[in-house]
Amino acid sequence: MNHPSARRGGSLMRIGGLIHKEFLQILRDPSSIAIAFLLPVILLLIFGYGVSLNAKHIPLAFVADAPDIESAALYASYNHSAYFSPQIAPNLPTAERWLVNRQVDAIVHLPSDFTAKLNTASQPAPLQLIINGVDANQARLTQAYIQAGWQSWLAARAQAAGFENSWAAAQPVELAARIWFNPELRSRNYLVPGLIAVIMTLIGALLTALVMAREWERGTLEALMVTSVHINELLIGKLVPYFVLGMGGMTLSVAMAVWLFGVPFLGSLWLLVLTSALFLLTALGMGLFISIVARNQFVASLIAIITTFLPAFMLSGFIFDIGSMPGWLQNLTYLVSARYFIVILHTLFLVGDVPAVLWPNTLAMLAIAVFFIAASRRKIRKSLE
Amino acid sequence: MWQRIIALAIKEFQALLRDPKSRFVIAGSPLIQLLVFSFAATFDLSNIPIAIYNQDGGQAAQALVARFEGSGHFKNVANIRRESDIARVIDAQKALMVLTIGPRFEADLRTNQPATVQLIIDGRNSNTAAIALSYANTLIADFNTHWQTSHQLRAPPSVIKTRAWFNPNLESRWFIVPGIVAILMLVVVMVVTALSVAREREQGTFDQLLVTPLRPVEILIGKAIPGFAIGLLEGSIIIFLAVNAFAVPFEGHLLTLYIGMGLFLLSAIGIGLMISALATTLQQAVLGVFLFLVPAIILSGFATPIANMPPFVQDLTLINPMRYFMIILRGIFLEGSSFQSLQNQFWPLALIGLVTLATARWLFRHRMN
Repeated sequence: MNHPSARRGGSLMRIGGLIHKEFLQILRDPSSIAIAFLLPVILLLIFGYGVSLNAKHIPLAFVADAPDIESAALYASYNHSAYFSPQIAPNLPTAERWLVNRQVDAIVHLPSDFTAKLNTASQPAPLQLIINGVDANQARLTQAYIQAGWQSWLAARAQAAGFENSWAAAQPVELAARIWFNPELRSRNYLVPGLIAVIMTLIGALLTALVMAREWERGTLEALMVTSVHINELLIGKLVPYFVLGMGGMTLSVAMAVWLFGVPFLGSLWLLVLTSALFLLTALGMGLFISIVARNQFVASLIAIITTFLPAFMLSGFIFDIGSMPGWLQNLTYLVSARYFIVILHTLFLVGDVPAVLWPNTLAMLAIAVFFIAASRRKIRKSLE
Repeated sequence: MWQRIIALAIKEFQALLRDPKSRFVIAGSPLIQLLVFSFAATFDLSNIPIAIYNQDGGQAAQALVARFEGSGHFKNVANIRRESDIARVIDAQKALMVLTIGPRFEADLRTNQPATVQLIIDGRNSNTAAIALSYANTLIADFNTHWQTSHQLRAPPSVIKTRAWFNPNLESRWFIVPGIVAILMLVVVMVVTALSVAREREQGTFDQLLVTPLRPVEILIGKAIPGFAIGLLEGSIIIFLAVNAFAVPFEGHLLTLYIGMGLFLLSAIGIGLMISALATTLQQAVLGVFLFLVPAIILSGFATPIANMPPFVQDLTLINPMRYFMIILRGIFLEGSSFQSLQNQFWPLALIGLVTLATARWLFRHRMN
């Protein structure tokens, strides 16, 4: 401490010293580095490759009570589709047993009078569809795919019969749907950016959740406070090293999304950097706040585990649509900063710079970041007095 | 021996429940989470914001718009007057979709020409887009049937009659709530077991434990008991609430359920204690918890089906206890599955439990010597 520059002791120098100390601690227990870099790589790999909402080769039982040309044509239309791998069942009870044993997800059943009714105008021929409804979401999608296969079979049949206008008569209104930003509905394009937000929530909170609690527990915080270090300097000294680590993890995640998973990125890089930095501050601030409230590492760990992953996973719009939640719960989601960042990431990746989306969400993140950091500052000062 | 183990287990309970904050996290938060997540986690959409660009304005077009507005799934947020407004409302996420009815809509309909309506959907969230599109398709099909019967037109030569087994109204909450039960049980077991040794190391009490006559296997059992007891108790409360407060059907047998819960808890405790033995600091333990917890939940079939995963990831899920527990819970809740039909879920869980507990014991001994 006899070095002349240390005696002068400018604020920047004290912050520099604190940052240096924090980095030394990070290097001593490299789990922080693992949190920043290992966690995103492993989770993105699992998610990017592993998770898809796009069903392919849905196992389907096909039962025709009286097999003939019509039933063969319908079977062929499902057999040619990438969505299905149909199996012919000898009779309905067999198919139902397959359904109960989860060998198939659905049964397409043509009753014995199917063809006869198909050729009489008075009565429509009923195609019976039985679906395992346990996974309601997948069941609904399966139902839509089966309907599409059935419609194309009807259209081909009408065309072959040479009815000029019969199809128009069968379908007075046609729906021409166009899906913007993700025309093939690749679920990876929306899951990967969303996952980045979930992972960054974890990283940010995990990095800082234990740091203050550790200092409390070991009594080093009080020792630090009797030096000339100011609270602001202390907070900056704690945040900067983990901010650097977190931004490193963020860069890695975005690079993986674009180059490994081929998610298009249409927005501006500077906006991505700006919003990521802000989001990381909300996550770090939350971790810091947990750390200060908990005052010991065990409780801080408990709170961090409970309040980070599941809320970011369930309440952010990552998988479940916020607009469909009950009103009181929608209000609760305003507190989850991942909800804003997910919208921003989806827009920057798949749409581009849309100020009407970006600014309100950025401001909301700013408010949360300011709240957590200011609350931490207040709490720490009160605890020390 | 058992006296020592019980004394250790009691000490563990005290350490977990002494601090009011940790008591709240362990005892209170699962109930709050069940309430919040059960309402949050549904794939059924309501109030989908839709904008209408009606260039026709005739009676038939009005009737079509009324069908969208009255369906309960859609909410009309804007009536658009210009083509250029479509991009504006979609880009800014004012509306998830825009329905465009062309100026010749009614004329085409009345002359039996195909009348095309255009639907533009925001695909940013591809799952929401696909579900919203399927709702729209159903509405149009209903409109068509109604139009044909009221105008004496030839009906389509075939119809689809759908029945869904086990979940007739395709309520996704019935599917999701049993999954939430599994997730909350896993989380509580992980926080109780995985942090236990690291906490003692940080506080320096682990060395004291080592000089007691307790053998490694006794420490292991002593640390496993709180996880098992808390997991079983909270699992029971959560399941009681799921059935009584969220009206999820319970078709199976309680005994089968508790066999499944017991086996699942053993495997989760085994993994938790493995993490606990490996971690030297609490931060490492928390990292370990997340490295296991997040993949275990994501690769369990909770929200995205295992069947959609590529083959090598499907193989990877075979070592995930959550995968089996999800099937057991959903089977017992919705399908009334018997013990026999769930055998193939029970024995892998038992095997995972044996392997992880044996590994944890080995790690404990290794760490202590």
